[in-house]
Amino acid sequence: MSLVKAVEEGFKKEIPAFNIGDTVRIHVKVIEGDKERLQPFEGTVIARKGSGVRETFMLRKVSFGVGVERIFPVHSPSVSKIEVIKHGDVRRAKLYHLRSKKGKHAKVKEKSREAVKAAAQKASAE
Amino acid sequence: MTGILGKKLGMTQIVAEGGKMVPVTVVEAGPCCVIQVKTSEKDGYSAVKVGFMELKKEKNMTKPQLGIFKKAETSSYKFLKEFPMDGFKIGDLIKADSFSIGDFIAVSGISKGKGFQGGMKRHNFKGGPASHGSTRYRAPGSIGASSYPSRVWKGMRMAGHMGCDRVTIKKLTVVDVRPEQNVILVKGAIPGPVNSIVEIRKG
Repeated sequence: MSLVKAVEEGFKKEIPAFNIGDTVRIHVKVIEGDKERLQPFEGTVIARKGSGVRETFMLRKVSFGVGVERIFPVHSPSVSKIEVIKHGDVRRAKLYHLRSKKGKHAKVKEKSREAVKAAAQKASAE
Repeated sequence: MTGILGKKLGMTQIVAEGGKMVPVTVVEAGPCCVIQVKTSEKDGYSAVKVGFMELKKEKNMTKPQLGIFKKAETSSYKFLKEFPMDGFKIGDLIKADSFSIGDFIAVSGISKGKGFQGGMKRHNFKGGPASHGSTRYRAPGSIGASSYPSRVWKGMRMAGHMGCDRVTIKKLTVVDVRPEQNVILVKGAIPGPVNSIVEIRKG
């Protein structure tokens, strides 16, 4: 499969490290007629699926009391920017249980600053 | 026409222009060496015999095989195939760069074996009702009339062996060509399992 992987590598983008439970803001390219603009979408990462160039992530937010979920390919050129706003402290790989929760219970605990620092140091050491 | 032998390496997705994901099959296409050139004067028809996947060791070949390559004075190959082409001479290498982006190609291969399958999977029969007391869920239904013909017509579609057939898919598009890796990317699926040998024809 190495040649298949090599094909995939060429289409990968540089993306910041983000995990399940993180709050991220992404800028989506939207084409309206012949104009192109960037539309921000902010939400909690509740799932990451797939690998290589096919990897996708699912963002959930509650907008005016209505739950909104959108799935984006990680390496899609229409996702122009990914900003990590908060690091979430979670013990699950999929946060689908947030769908049935409301208000305070639907919040993801934020990772302590020390933990984030330690993780960053560990990553840079590697 | 250009014909080449290739190896199916697997499928993936790539990002096309406009940010759309396109499903592609990665095929190792060639290089294929011309082993024999058949002419209408000598053989009654014109064709080019090509070899694919070089064999390094003599012990892995049969003696009749060895004879072919000794006569052609080329290196030995595992797979041989004829294509109705002209304009080649013995020893020429046909490579992936004989295809270009946007070409329509036809790909033939041996499809995946499915074993003994019923009528619903093999011939897309509808089967029986699923509920209301029915018990004939996947049965084929009637296979003919009664006193005439008093037998089943030849060629009646029934359960049986499925797959392992030679399948050709025409009008596939070449999305990308990478001559340095002998790789072409074909939009969509091609017949056969991964690592199977396929024929690729253009024009």
